Amino acid sequence: MSQQVNRLPQGGRIDRTKPLRFVFDGKAYYGCEGDTLASALLANGVVLVGRSFKYHRPRGILSAGAEEPNALIQLGQGNRSEPNLRATQIELYDGLIAESQNRWPSLANDVGAINSLFHRIFVSGFYYKTFMWPKSFWMKYEHFIRRMAGLGKCPTEPDPDRYDKLYTHADALIVGAGPAGLAAALAAGRAGARVILVDEQQELGGSLLSDTQAVIDGKRGPDWVADVIVELRAMPDVTLLPRTVAFGYYDHNLVSLMEKVTDHLHPTSPEALSQPRQRLWRVRAKDVILATGAIERPLVYLDNDRPGCMLASAAQTYVNRYGAAPGKRAVIMTNNDGAYQVALDLVDSGVSVAAIVDVRDNPDGELVANARARGVEILTGHAITRVKGKLAVREVEVRRLTSDGKSVTTDARQIYCDAVLSSAGWQPTVHLFSQARGKLKWSPDILAFVPDKLLPGQNSQSVGAARGAFALADCLVDGHAAGTAAAAAAGHTHPAGSTPVAGAEPAFGAMREMWVVPSSAPLGHAGKHFIDYQNDVTAADVALAHREGYRSVEHLKRYTTMGMATDQGKTGNVNALALMADLRGISVPEVGTTTFRPPYTPVTIGAFSGIDKGDFLDPIRKTPLHSWHEQHGAPFETVGQWHRAWYYPKPGESMHDAVNREVKAVRTSVGIVDASTLGKIDIQGPDAAWFLNMVYTNAWSKLEPGRCRYGLMLGEDGMVMDDGVTSRLADNHFHMTTTTGGAARVMAWLEDWLQCEWPDKKVYLTSVTEQWAVIGISGPMARKLLAEVAPTLALDDQSFPHLSFTEGVVAGVKCRVYRITFTGEATYELNMPPSYAMHVWRALMQAGEKYGITPYGTEAMHVLRAEKGFIIVGQETDGTTTPQDLGMDWIVSKQKPDFLGKRSLQRSDTRRPDRKHLVGLLTEDPNEVLPEGAQIVAELKDKPPMEMIGHVTSSYYSPNCGRSIAMALVKNGRNRMGEILYMPYEGKVVKAKVTEPKFYDPEGARING
Amino acid sequence: MLLIPCPYCGKRDEHEFSYAREGHITRPTNGEQLSDAEWAQYLFMRKNPKGVHYERWMHAKGCRRYFYAARDTVTHEIYATYEMGQPAPVVDRGNGR
Repeated sequence: MSQQVNRLPQGGRIDRTKPLRFVFDGKAYYGCEGDTLASALLANGVVLVGRSFKYHRPRGILSAGAEEPNALIQLGQGNRSEPNLRATQIELYDGLIAESQNRWPSLANDVGAINSLFHRIFVSGFYYKTFMWPKSFWMKYEHFIRRMAGLGKCPTEPDPDRYDKLYTHADALIVGAGPAGLAAALAAGRAGARVILVDEQQELGGSLLSDTQAVIDGKRGPDWVADVIVELRAMPDVTLLPRTVAFGYYDHNLVSLMEKVTDHLHPTSPEALSQPRQRLWRVRAKDVILATGAIERPLVYLDNDRPGCMLASAAQTYVNRYGAAPGKRAVIMTNNDGAYQVALDLVDSGVSVAAIVDVRDNPDGELVANARARGVEILTGHAITRVKGKLAVREVEVRRLTSDGKSVTTDARQIYCDAVLSSAGWQPTVHLFSQARGKLKWSPDILAFVPDKLLPGQNSQSVGAARGAFALADCLVDGHAAGTAAAAAAGHTHPAGSTPVAGAEPAFGAMREMWVVPSSAPLGHAGKHFIDYQNDVTAADVALAHREGYRSVEHLKRYTTMGMATDQGKTGNVNALALMADLRGISVPEVGTTTFRPPYTPVTIGAFSGIDKGDFLDPIRKTPLHSWHEQHGAPFETVGQWHRAWYYPKPGESMHDAVNREVKAVRTSVGIVDASTLGKIDIQGPDAAWFLNMVYTNAWSKLEPGRCRYGLMLGEDGMVMDDGVTSRLADNHFHMTTTTGGAARVMAWLEDWLQCEWPDKKVYLTSVTEQWAVIGISGPMARKLLAEVAPTLALDDQSFPHLSFTEGVVAGVKCRVYRITFTGEATYELNMPPSYAMHVWRALMQAGEKYGITPYGTEAMHVLRAEKGFIIVGQETDGTTTPQDLGMDWIVSKQKPDFLGKRSLQRSDTRRPDRKHLVGLLTEDPNEVLPEGAQIVAELKDKPPMEMIGHVTSSYYSPNCGRSIAMALVKNGRNRMGEILYMPYEGKVVKAKVTEPKFYDPEGARING
Repeated sequence: MLLIPCPYCGKRDEHEFSYAREGHITRPTNGEQLSDAEWAQYLFMRKNPKGVHYERWMHAKGCRRYFYAARDTVTHEIYATYEMGQPAPVVDRGNGR
């Protein structure tokens, strides 16, 4: 157990009385409550925390927030292990276990670091240049690259945690709870608006939590924050969401948030297990106030990635907020005044500042004077030209800059230090603004991109540092005004109080534009200037891309992989753009920026799926007879969302045995089937018959009440889209059935025509799929059976012929009885309210016992209909199939002046005589069952390519035919009757003869039992 | 994710709607008299404008009514939604694009 060697004796917002034990790379440490993993590691003097992606360079902690490119951590163990988390965003808890990534065997001794010796092959575009030849080696290269240049590891076990999702609305969604965000929330909340205030950190307050100088309304910054939170908490319409990142800003002011509900707790603690781990919020806000602050940019100097190199503001945050020093002795390099306050804070905390290296010749701000007065050595017009120390910073070399800033003088001075802090100014966090497709503009004052024009339709205000207004007073004024405006726009006008007033702030001097800091050697020599730490893109890589012509911002990104890592270049992108601008001799805004895309920081897949997984992924629809099928051992087939009984195996039966038995029973005695899933649409109105004439290919006007008719529905392109039997219950009342899977589509299709094309027609549609359970009894004994349970029904062919409908009492239940068939046998489809279905089913089973009544599932149903050559839409058809292709000319009316699809059947292509036709196939070997989907050739060759003239659409073993049967769509098929075709598959060739697609009872003699 | 003002229900999330193809395409009643090319014009040819697109939506998980929307394909602004049978409104794109 080591000491917290860099823990400051006092100060910060951590609780030194609450030590937390954690393990990093197998070694135990202590941190304090309030620490992040990063601050705890720093407090323990651990500066080496990871290895870089390509070169495996030793890396330390660069930042204190979401922008961290280096300190990527594998957190947790087993099925809760999560890769690529930023140590700067991991809240410490007791028992936390973390590991560094991308190193083997250990962080300090990493074999992969040998990659850095090969840096000449890892330059820009190295994938394209190095590993493309010979082509056949690519697989080997890729394996090597993936292993060597990987980051964290995915857990292999399923995620055990729960995730949640929530949709809500707000008058004002405020992103960022720094001074601007809090002022906005206060103003909007007081005015009475519905406010959601989110901040990615555990504590609200933003920069105020690490600012020693801020004074608001006469209070110290953190005290003002505490008072504001108390006031906001008391407002019923204000929701405060700490630990929540707004990661995506989409159309029409929809913002996605990820709330880390329990990530700060030990994952197996009762408190964590009793809540969802994370919650995804979708907020539709009337106004989105972006108070997202700004991200400091590092200066790009030679070997700026040595562990101990850090953003100046990050060091300030670690010292002021976490009481953790980045080292014992720091050197600060800057091009602006901000870093001087960092120096003053370090000195006040007892961290020695060896020197401030200012690239400006004559810095003259107030803070510069303060630092000078405190005796801090200031080297103006100087630069750090080299950093020494492999696993940790040991010393820096400092030289004087030439006046153009492009080179340095020869006299060098070495300064011992263990931390190098740099600042190249601040880039407003415009990610969300840009995701919302707002346009950016370049601000020469702060050398950064700021929000410009908002996309119409989005309603958002960028306030404070997020729009480049860095002064505390500006943040407060901005926030207050934005909050007031958002509330007023939503109709809330209670007094919002006065604008919070900031104490006096020092005036800042001008910045110096400085991106890449020169060294004594040319770029790319004697070391590396890293721009994108996480993807190991150096200034020399950008220069190489420029030389090779990849100069536009989009090319630069893809050629160098700049900004493409998990940090998306938060600290590096502007530096890269500025360097490219410099190389091209144009301004930074002329280079432009790439598009910012969600997510702002990585989001777990679990949060996206929420509870929509496993059984909740998609609704399951069960028929009222489902439990009976379950009790009788039926496996289920999924048809759309429906679960349908597939077959009913008896003990010892295979699926094949069971299906054969069921199929034979229907042909020899009686079978019973649950057909409740059929789509059913009730159609009423004086124009109902006219309507059916339009949507079906055949004629409906003359269908008498009490009769049923099979209908085929076409799209306007003439292709078959659905089929089913529709019955005329009364003059103006029809009952339509659709395929199980097509019900919703057909309903929308019919509604479409009625509402959009024929709104003057009086036709009313009601989906009644779930209002009617359907039990089919089919077979030679069906009529006898029905007569027994429905003694009052007249069932003779005269009174109740095939394709007719009647109402009557079956087993004591009033039913609609349709005499229609999908098996070719005499069939009665009994429709009843679902709650009575089980009773009727049981009564039929009981009465049918003496006939050997056999329940049959979807598989037997398919075999039975295929024996008869009845099609299934979606199986025999695929959206390119006309009625003529199916040999169903007979159902297409020649007399009707119009119906949907009619004109398209006259198109030259649909009239073509050699289209693919539905035919039957009988294999040479009667026991050979072709696989559905098998490709068919007429001319067999030794090996592909061969011309494929069609495919098998349905294929079964038919016990009634005593052989296999198949249907197929074959080019010019109807003109190939008797021809032998070939189906080469799985190393063999099956021969089959083309026949009519009717295999059993082709005359239809069995229809009357 | 769009926020679509259903003319019957008010503003609702895009989740509740299904897109229902380009609007203001009238089905020819004299199909038999049309050439294949003319019929194909109705059947297949669709506009793909950069800017205002007049299209149909259905409030599938709401009132199940079809309606028209004038939507900007660049900005996703919805300038108007209106009932079936109404003419397409003239849209001033304001932002000058």
